[in-house]
Amino acid sequence: MLTIKRVPTVLSNYQEDSGESRGCGRNCLGKCCLPVSKLPLYAFKSDARPEISSSGVDEPPSDFFLNSLLLGGWEDRMSRGLFRYDVTACETKVIPGEYGFVAQLNEGRHLKKRPTEFRVDRVLQPFDPAKFNFTKVGQEEVLFRFEAGEGDKARFLESAAVGETNTPSVVAINVSPIEYGHVLLIPRVLDCLPQRIDPDSFLLALHMAAEAGSPYFRLGYNSLGAFATINHLHFQAYFLTMPFPVEKAPTQRIPVVKGLSQSKVKVSKLLNYPVRGLVYEGGNTLKDLSDVVANSCICLQENNIPFNVLISDSGRRIFLFPQCYAEKQALGEVSQEILDTQVNPAVWEISGHMVLKRKKDYEEASEEYAWRLLAEVSLSEARFEEVKAYIFEATGLESEEEKIEPEENKGTPHQSSTTAVAANHFPEGCLILQ
Amino acid sequence: MVALTIPSIGRRAENTSPPSAVAEVMAGCSRRLIDQSLTARYSDWIAEALDEIQGCFLITDPGVAGHPIVFASHGFLAMSGYSREEVLGRNGRMFQGPATNRRSVLEIREAIREERTLQISLLNYRKDGTPHWILFHLFPVFGVDDGRVAHFVAVQVPIPRRSRSLSEARCGGARGRLFGACRNEVRSDCDLGCNLAADLFVDVDNRGLEAEESREASEQEKERASDAANSILSALTQYSKLTGRVVSSQRSRLAGISPLSSSLILSLGRIKQSFVLTDPQLPDMPIVYASDEFLSLTGYSRHEILGHNYEFLNGPDTEVEVLHQIRQSIQVECACTVRLLNYRKDGSLFWNLLHVSPVRNASGKVAFYVNVQIDENAKSDGLGLSPHMRQLGVVGAVKVAVRSLSLCAGPSRPSS
Repeated sequence: MLTIKRVPTVLSNYQEDSGESRGCGRNCLGKCCLPVSKLPLYAFKSDARPEISSSGVDEPPSDFFLNSLLLGGWEDRMSRGLFRYDVTACETKVIPGEYGFVAQLNEGRHLKKRPTEFRVDRVLQPFDPAKFNFTKVGQEEVLFRFEAGEGDKARFLESAAVGETNTPSVVAINVSPIEYGHVLLIPRVLDCLPQRIDPDSFLLALHMAAEAGSPYFRLGYNSLGAFATINHLHFQAYFLTMPFPVEKAPTQRIPVVKGLSQSKVKVSKLLNYPVRGLVYEGGNTLKDLSDVVANSCICLQENNIPFNVLISDSGRRIFLFPQCYAEKQALGEVSQEILDTQVNPAVWEISGHMVLKRKKDYEEASEEYAWRLLAEVSLSEARFEEVKAYIFEATGLESEEEKIEPEENKGTPHQSSTTAVAANHFPEGCLILQ
Repeated sequence: MVALTIPSIGRRAENTSPPSAVAEVMAGCSRRLIDQSLTARYSDWIAEALDEIQGCFLITDPGVAGHPIVFASHGFLAMSGYSREEVLGRNGRMFQGPATNRRSVLEIREAIREERTLQISLLNYRKDGTPHWILFHLFPVFGVDDGRVAHFVAVQVPIPRRSRSLSEARCGGARGRLFGACRNEVRSDCDLGCNLAADLFVDVDNRGLEAEESREASEQEKERASDAANSILSALTQYSKLTGRVVSSQRSRLAGISPLSSSLILSLGRIKQSFVLTDPQLPDMPIVYASDEFLSLTGYSRHEILGHNYEFLNGPDTEVEVLHQIRQSIQVECACTVRLLNYRKDGSLFWNLLHVSPVRNASGKVAFYVNVQIDENAKSDGLGLSPHMRQLGVVGAVKVAVRSLSLCAGPSRPSS
């Protein structure tokens, strides 16, 4: 079993007391308190958009609603002292260079205590109620519930009873924010799902990106083994009003044999970027895009490959990065110099936003350092191609690069275009392509 | 508790045909701003002068909320199939569609944010929904007086499909003029019986077009774009001298340093609440930004208040202790919420729920203070957020904008 000393980051004020059960009356997010509580509820329009139309979609809704709700709530929690530090007082800059990596000097983000031991060689690990999880978070850290609503319009209720039958999903603050507005999206918090992607939760995350409507509001996901800090399903999100370096990187479309991909999702390969990855775009509906990406993630999970996901461009472009840094680190293969900067390359770092702990590192931060660090994270070309093949097979996309006899493929597309893929199921009769 | 529906004005429009009634009303309200955008700076004769320039182009105003189109050339309207009414007041992204490359959209957004020139191939959509490739050439025009971007100009040159040897055979002589021309021009120049104009612009296989990842523009097309750009710039520069509000293609070094870039103004313009930004680094802490809603609330016009201290809202009945409280908070760089009696321009009074907060930029230091006003007697906007939450929402949005947009080490270029 491989273990490493991660640089720890605290996401909730209650995390430091992990292991202690405080019981109820604390207004937490557990079964004891949540069903009898009232929280603000933002219910988004749940029909998948019939088409991803561009008119006006780049713009937040005319009244900027979800953003006001999120940012207003965040500012309110700031005034109540719920954050460990004022992130806007942390100096930040764009590192000169072609890509414009963003560096921040933040000496307070990382805890000064012994980190919880965490297996890094297993992407799927069962939920452990004894370890810290989000049901232990106080409700004051929650901004609002974010769930699919009935009907054709988004609705907001300032105080909605949660009720016994609901499976609420919440948006909570991240008390160690990487930027102003840093929040956590926790799907179906009471279901205590471990950190693993499933189609419904991924779709929820995409809806949030779409509802916020701003290309500068992104969501991110880290699997276990790729620097997720808590084994309770969550996505992170924040605003940064500039492009991430990865968003500027060129891509090359992976041609897909026509007709097999009914959903019109386009998959491309990232070029000229230190971390190899896939970029997903298009799709007839949000759900189409969501399902292809979710199935790709599930494939990686099943194959025990750690990965990170960046949801950008209001849910229209999704980046998938399989990675291997933790394993390299445990095997002692990463240079000490890089390790000393204590940067865990999770989704934000891979996308190009680095939080540095030491002034020296911040002052000397260069595009070359960022590139070197991220290059350690990436799978090798050969391994990436292998992983890409697994993913294509699992999602029923047939790359044009591989020549296949038509008869043998008939089974695959129908099976993969159905909605939820059961976690352990690969399509029957699919070919292992070499 | 009653569920409150969030208006979805303009947001979920599924197609680009005539805007809904509500959007029309909104467009009507800001129509005055649109009309004045050009005439205020270039005189009443500018429209005529621009109409004489061949080519497809749009002019947009980043100083107006939503960054709307304020001028569309005849050539552009013919090429895209829209009428002038359908285009003015709308944002340029209305011509993008499902197969428009998202990275190209990012490049355009960044060029606007960084106030620089960009030339890029782009897939756009006409009114009838058909896609077509264009060479998109964007450049800013700066006001010499304040150094801000007065307008952006977007020249568009159609990029036809190259591989048609058929076209070469049919229209050998006129080929030079047919390529890269707008439809109007083509019709006038084309030989009788040559229907190539239609062939060039109506793609029989739209799916094929959308599957194209990119389409390179030829040197000829790039030249056409530059030529049109120069003609337009020339006209704008010339006519700006008539009003004295001269423009130039370069930001003047002699311009008074405006602390607010057009990208910050654009971001702030999206916040539809009454607020102002003041600059604590300048003497007397003047107002450097005021939202439209602040102007409606108080009755002042923008030029009357920019550069002035915020205290003109106070008057004889404003409690001195409250003013003192505000000053003290500012001294220790803290936020505060107060309730005080304020005066409009016409002398009428209102109870102002005022929230004042420091706003830091990327250096971590306080760059501005944001003052958010709520008229206690104003009707609730019915969206369900308490006034206090709405105020904090403004603070949050301003903080995000100021912090991120001050983050430049100099514009970074995407790799080609």
